[in-house]
This record gives sequence, structure tokens and C-alpha cells, in this order.
Amino acid sequence: MIVVKHVCKIYQTGTVETIALDNISFTIKKGEFVAIMGPSGSGKSTLMHILGALDQPTKGTYELDGINIGQADEDELADIRNQKIGFIFQAYNLLPRTTALKNVMLPMIYAGISKQERIKKAEQYLKMVGLKDRMEHTSNQLSGGQQQRVAIARALAMNPAILLADEPTGNIASSQAEEIMKIFTDLYQRGHTIIMITHEANIASHAKRIIHIRDGKIINN
Amino acid sequence: MNINELISEAISTLKINKMRTGLAILGIIIGIGSVIALVSLGQASQLSVTNQIQSLGANLLTVNPGSQNSGAVRGAFGGGTTLTNSDAKAIENSKTIITIKAVSPEVQRRAQVTTGKNNTNTQIIGATETYAGIHKITIAFGVFITQRDVDNMSKVAVLGPQVVTDLFGEDVTNPIGQSIRVNGQSLRIIGITAAKGGSGFQNQDDIIFVPLSTAQKQLFGISYLSSIAIEAKNHDVMTETQNQVGYLLLEEHKLTDPTQADFSIFSQNDILNTASQVTGTFTLLLSGIAAISLLVGGIGIMNIMLVTVTERTREIGLRKALGAKKKTIITQFLIEAIILTITGGLIGMLLGVGISYFVSSAMSLPFTISPSSVALAIGVSGAIGIIFGWYPAKQAANLQPIEALRYE
Repeated sequence: MIVVKHVCKIYQTGTVETIALDNISFTIKKGEFVAIMGPSGSGKSTLMHILGALDQPTKGTYELDGINIGQADEDELADIRNQKIGFIFQAYNLLPRTTALKNVMLPMIYAGISKQERIKKAEQYLKMVGLKDRMEHTSNQLSGGQQQRVAIARALAMNPAILLADEPTGNIASSQAEEIMKIFTDLYQRGHTIIMITHEANIASHAKRIIHIRDGKIINN
Repeated sequence: MNINELISEAISTLKINKMRTGLAILGIIIGIGSVIALVSLGQASQLSVTNQIQSLGANLLTVNPGSQNSGAVRGAFGGGTTLTNSDAKAIENSKTIITIKAVSPEVQRRAQVTTGKNNTNTQIIGATETYAGIHKITIAFGVFITQRDVDNMSKVAVLGPQVVTDLFGEDVTNPIGQSIRVNGQSLRIIGITAAKGGSGFQNQDDIIFVPLSTAQKQLFGISYLSSIAIEAKNHDVMTETQNQVGYLLLEEHKLTDPTQADFSIFSQNDILNTASQVTGTFTLLLSGIAAISLLVGGIGIMNIMLVTVTERTREIGLRKALGAKKKTIITQFLIEAIILTITGGLIGMLLGVGISYFVSSAMSLPFTISPSSVALAIGVSGAIGIIFGWYPAKQAANLQPIEALRYE
């Protein structure tokens, strides 16, 4: 459950104030599949960072599962990112020259999960995204679509409250993009909460709810 | 994230760029290796010099004829004729000097020595029975010169092992009973000394000992002494003894002004102190140079780690996004740096020990590795890892995840 209330994000560059987010409020319930759409410069990346606990709002409150993210300190934010949020980046961001299995295990290392348990879970999620035969491949031996699937498995590893995908198909050939979206739809049907940022309408159409933002304001929810 | 996991993470990261890891380690290997090698070689040569000086006798004072500084009598060093048997007797029988253990009047000259077929030029020492005790001569075969030999002016000789080899060949070790000729006199061999080795001041094995009286009267036709060796009772009374002997000899020689003295007294302490000061200075100098290379190695590690931080900015951002805390990132980078330096330190230590082993055996120095220098090497390399790894690690941990993820 995500509750965003009157969130503002203001960047100060010298004396110039840039308002990236202007009084944004919305609620996303558990199990929803939401797309956030907007042109570049609309503030959707800033919103994404705040939702992902990578950044904190200047004004307003953001509650994730009842935790006020705005009040958390740096270490608490790290724990929240680790336990509550699964990131899927446009550029995959896998560790280079590291196997798919080890990439998926990474967030579990920071959570202090035992090695046996880590391997078991990583294998389970890699199977789920259809990479059963690619577990020992290093990231540079995988195609873009396969790398993104590893990233999805990694996002799922800690069984987070929300999956946060930033242009997940932006770097992927359209044929593979469909497969990725199929995985998202599948995860949605299994009850995962998914928030996806995109500017492509056909990708957004997979979501069950679309939030349009422009100039830091919600124009259509 | 526990320490074992951090270590295995660090090792797998370091393995990814083997070339760079190897070069970073190389700097530390050379630094630590040269520190250990140079320190242990320095200590070995110090020990060797000390041993050689002490092998000439312990708590030793040597009276030489000739002036101490400017004066009436100014013969060449050791070439004077001012020391006599009665001086030695006076020192030995003195009632006031109670700190002396033994006195050994000595005559030294080089002479040609022949047997039936071979000949050699060697050092002839006229000695009394106290000589062996004072100068730590041990007998391998037969006996050393006795008081009776001196009293009877016996025509006997005790040979050093080098002389035996020179005169009788490699195969003969015990030619007791055979004769040698020195300055026209035939001497019967009664003993062979044990090999002492060393070539610092004089070869202790290339010597022939004859009774003092025989040397003075039969071989060289002189009545003076080349030197008088005095063994003090212990180390602490050496200066006192040196002074007392000085006064006694001035009195014997009927001199009132110490600056006019026609003899000089050397203390073994002086030589020992000077020698170990010199070698100590060299050791310090060499260690200083080695320490500089260690510092350069440390800066190399810091450089590599800083490059790594820049290169891995995105990775650090990702790790933070996935839940790594500041502390975890610092620890990870510090552990990487420490692994580099400790690995380098251990290899460097083996290298240093190896080098000093080979060099010391090649130069026939005693092989010593002081545990303190090994502990120092490990400690220093670990400390270098922490000191030079800290700044890059801090830089890495302070990266903002958003900025770091955007970094190209």
C-alpha cells in the first residue's frame, strides 16, 4: 500500500528553484499494476526515485506499508530499498562479468540471508523468468532481454512490497519487450504490486491503471 | 553481510581485473620484500662483524708499542720495540690491578715456512700458554704450547688448518710429529688448531704458533714484544683495567707525561662499537630506501583503488539501490585494499626471506630473520591497506545512489 500525500520536490540550483514535483497525491493499493506516463522532463523519474526510497520529498509525505519514508535516515532507507522495493532499471544494471545466479543473490547478501537459502531462491526466481539454462552465464553473455529477465529475478529476490520498473523495455528489441511484459502481467496475476514508468503507450497499455503526469503535476489518474 | 562474505566478494571482484590487481600487489611485494631483505642482511652483516671481532677474544685489551699521539718515540704502528717481556710480567704480577684474568705476551712476524717439498709464507706467532684461552683458540689434534715449552725454548709448533693444507696438501689433516723449517730452524708439530674461519682482519687459520721464547731468540733474534693481550675479568671493568694498565706501563717505562707514552692500549669495545655503529648506519640507510619503495607501493594501491571507485560508480550506485549501507560499501572497499596489501605483504615477505637467504649464503653471512621485521612487514602492509584504502572507500560510500546510477 502506497500513500503519497501532497508531495513536492524542489531542486535548488544557486538562487533558481526548479519544481520537479508539484503537490502530488495518489494511493496505490496492494496488487495493483500501475503505469506512470509522461514526456521527458515531466518529473516521472523524480517520482520514481521518491517511490524507490532513493530520494526524499521536500514537502508532503510518502508512506510505504505504513512506514514514513520522508522521516527515515540513510541506513533505514537502505533497509527499505532492500526489503520493500524491487528495482528494475532501463539499463538492467547487472554486475559485469558476474553470473546470473550471483546477480540475483546480491540483494539477499545485503539482507544477511544464508548462502544455501540464497542459491535456492535465486534458482527459483531465475526459473520463473525462464532462465533455467542460463544461471551460470555472466551478464555479458546474455542478450538484452535475458539481462532484463535476470534483473526482474533480482527484483523479486527479496519478495518486496512493490516492484518498481523504470522504462523496463527501453533498451530491448520489441520482440523481447513483449516477453518482458508477459512476465509483468504474470507477476501481476500472482498478486505482485507493480509500478512501471514508461513513455510508450503500447507498453503502458498492459497496466490496469495509468497515471499521467506533466510538469510535475498529475493530469490524469 | 558478514566478514567472510565481504572477503569472498572482494576476492571475486579483484579476480575480475587480474592484471591491475597483480600490478597493485607488485608494488607492495617489492616494498615489503626489500624492507625484509635489507633489514635482515643488515642485521646479518652486523652479527657477522660482531662475531668476528669477538672470536678474537672476549673483554680484550691490546697493548701495542709506539706512541699514542705525538711524542718522542714515534715508530710505525706495531713496529716499535718498546714493549718487553718484563712489561708483560709487571702487568701479570701487579698487586694493584685485580681486574685482569689473563695476560698474553705475543710476537708476530711473517716468515717463510718449508717442509720437504712445499713452502708457504705465513704469520708466525710467538705465544705462551695463556694465548689459547684469551684468543679462544681450540685444539683439533695434539696440544697447544705449554709453559714448559716456553721455559725450555722448545722447538715445537702448533699449526692452523690452512697452513696444514698449504704445506701437506688437502688429504693430510693431522701431521703431528712431522717437522717444518722456519728461518733455518726445524720445529716439530705438536698440535693443530680447529678451523675458525673468517677473513675479516686476518685469517685465523693461516697461522703458526711457536713458544714465545723460541720465536724471540731462535727464529727472529729479538727481545721485544709485538703486543700484549689482556683479558679483563668482565665487560664492566674494561675501561678501569685499560687505565690501570696504562699507568703501570708509564711507571715501568719511567714516563711521567701520559702524552709521551711509547705504547697504546686498544679496547675491543672501541672496535666493536665502531663496527656495529657503521653497520647499523648502513642498515638504517638501506631500510630507509626500502621504506620509500613501500610508501610508493602504498600510493600505487590508493591510485588503483581511486580508479576502481570511479570505474565502478554505477556498480556502487546499484549496490546502494539494492540495500547496501554506507558502512557495507566502506568495508567492501577497505577489505579489497587490505587483501591487496596483505597478499603483497605475504609474497613480499617470502621474497625478502628468500633473497636474504640466498645472499647471505652466497656471502657466507649468518642467515637471520628477526620475527620483529616479519611482524612489522605484515603490520605495515595491513596498515597501508587501511590508510591508503580509506580515502577511496569513503569516496565510494559517499556516492549518492541516484547520481551513481546515472553515471556514464
